[in-house]
Amino acid sequence: MTTTKSPTATQAATRDAVRKQLQGKGPSVGASAFKFLLIAMLSTSIAILVVLLSDLLVSAWPTFRDRGFGFVTSGLSLNPETAGVWTGILGSLAIALTVILLAVPIGIGAAIYLEEYAPDNNLTRWIDTTVRNLAGVPSIVFGLLGLAIFVVVVNTIGLGGSTGGKNVIAAGITMAALVLPIVIITSAEAIRAVPHTIREAGYGVGATKWEVIRSHVVPSALPGILTGTVLTLARAIGETAPLLVIGVATGYFGASADATFFEKLTGPYTALPVIVFSWSRQTDPAFADTLAPAAIIVLLVVLFTLNAVAIYFRNRFEKKW
Amino acid sequence: MVNEMNDTVGAATHEPSAYERARRDLPGLAAKTEALPDTAVAPTASEADNANPVILNVENLNVYYGDFHAVKDVSLPFRQNEITALIGPSGCGKSTVLRTFNRMNDLIESARIEGKVEYHGVDLYGKNVDPVEVRRHVGMVFQKPNPFPKSIYDNISFGPKIGGFKGNMDDLVEETLHKAALWEEVKDKLNESAYALSGGQQQRLCIARAIATSPDVLLMDEPASALDPIATLRIEELMYELKRDYSIIIVTHNMQQAARVSDRTAFFSVEVGERGQRTGRLVEFNETSKIFTTPMEQETEDYITGRFG
Repeated sequence: MTTTKSPTATQAATRDAVRKQLQGKGPSVGASAFKFLLIAMLSTSIAILVVLLSDLLVSAWPTFRDRGFGFVTSGLSLNPETAGVWTGILGSLAIALTVILLAVPIGIGAAIYLEEYAPDNNLTRWIDTTVRNLAGVPSIVFGLLGLAIFVVVVNTIGLGGSTGGKNVIAAGITMAALVLPIVIITSAEAIRAVPHTIREAGYGVGATKWEVIRSHVVPSALPGILTGTVLTLARAIGETAPLLVIGVATGYFGASADATFFEKLTGPYTALPVIVFSWSRQTDPAFADTLAPAAIIVLLVVLFTLNAVAIYFRNRFEKKW
Repeated sequence: MVNEMNDTVGAATHEPSAYERARRDLPGLAAKTEALPDTAVAPTASEADNANPVILNVENLNVYYGDFHAVKDVSLPFRQNEITALIGPSGCGKSTVLRTFNRMNDLIESARIEGKVEYHGVDLYGKNVDPVEVRRHVGMVFQKPNPFPKSIYDNISFGPKIGGFKGNMDDLVEETLHKAALWEEVKDKLNESAYALSGGQQQRLCIARAIATSPDVLLMDEPASALDPIATLRIEELMYELKRDYSIIIVTHNMQQAARVSDRTAFFSVEVGERGQRTGRLVEFNETSKIFTTPMEQETEDYITGRFG
């Protein structure tokens, strides 16, 4: 309305009032305190990790310094000077391999069925809930299941060997059963996250359900599915309790040099976490104080290596379009 | 003015081959059409002499989602080599109707239809009709550009590949991209991600993907609503080109768009029942020029002049 060139007194007053309003209340004490609290929480968790790891490394250091790679490549022994973790590495890798071969395909298949084919009814919802609950069942329960079923089955089908079924095959199957719910849940979530528009586009050009799933849904969900696989590997490698129940060897053995592959596969076995467990209970401080931490370090290295491999494959599939 | 031109273009390029192909490919179609007289697919309207034949005919279509009555008693003919626009306010069921034409509603478990959707005289919901085959004859372009997360080339080649295409795929991809007016822009990056394209280019890629399987009918569900005016204009020009080879049915919120590109327009509206349920129904169907200049119904006039609701 008014077209004066210099600001009038009213305009100046408005400007001052607006400036005051726009300046706000300044930083609040509560907000800063909250932020510091969060930082403190994060620091605590990191500190715990650092302390744990450095304590481990310090305890384990003499073993690696004196024995070098020999600790990794020698088998179990009563003598702390010669005892190593090689048999444990082999056992753990065999279990991991069984888990990958069994739990991953079965879990992904189950997830695809649940997400893409199963009708939305009470039975499906019940199955879904049950799978989620199974993922939270204590691992020792799966150990009992393994002892009652898998050991017997393995023995019945002629893979029992000298251990009567309490071998690495039964252990691998038990671990696969243990992680199966996790594979199903993470895969199902990855499949559910595939945008509906992609499916519609597939159907729109005349693809069948199977073609849509194979060519679009599963490839899009694959990175998420492989993330789930990484998680399950960590779980399968680290679990100890089920193995103790289904008769893992905590003692000292070495397969004779002339044993066949089948005899080795079906004979007594051990795994890295079991070695850690049994060494830490030894009265000889050489085992408990230096060898057990060294075995833990080896376990962690194996775990990270397997995860790195899995993540490498995931990134290869995860070609970002 | 635009419409008369369309009609001559459409008539000049009308090919009977689509009907022949439909007879050959649709399961159970040949047997049924054998018994049908030729007039079954001929237009019955008064302008039958100079109008294109009806390719898709909808009779008393009702669509339900569970107990919800989404669309009521729609009867509409769609003609070959024409663009038919479905317009109307949100929730009037025009997209729902569109999706019955390629059985996309089958993907929704609770969806159910009554009435007839006839393609070249064959009921698309008849026994032994495979929805997958239907979608190879009736292609679709969606509201938001939804290319596959793959290369430009793979986006085009997927449909023909699963459809059993045996010819030279490179040639088909090039020809299809030419038709969709996209070739010049993407010819050097066929193996790059489709997501690297702009929104408008992605939508033209989706149109290319839809025509790569050489369908008869092209359904477009608000194909330009997510695009800027320039990209929209390009899509409209493209539709105008594609009309020579395909019959296009477009759902649009944009009345100017319907007025610009379509030959015929169907206006849908919402009917609110006593319990508040909203059911879509067809208010008026006519040549686009008539709908936008001399609508028969007051409701249509209110909507197109912006006095709706």
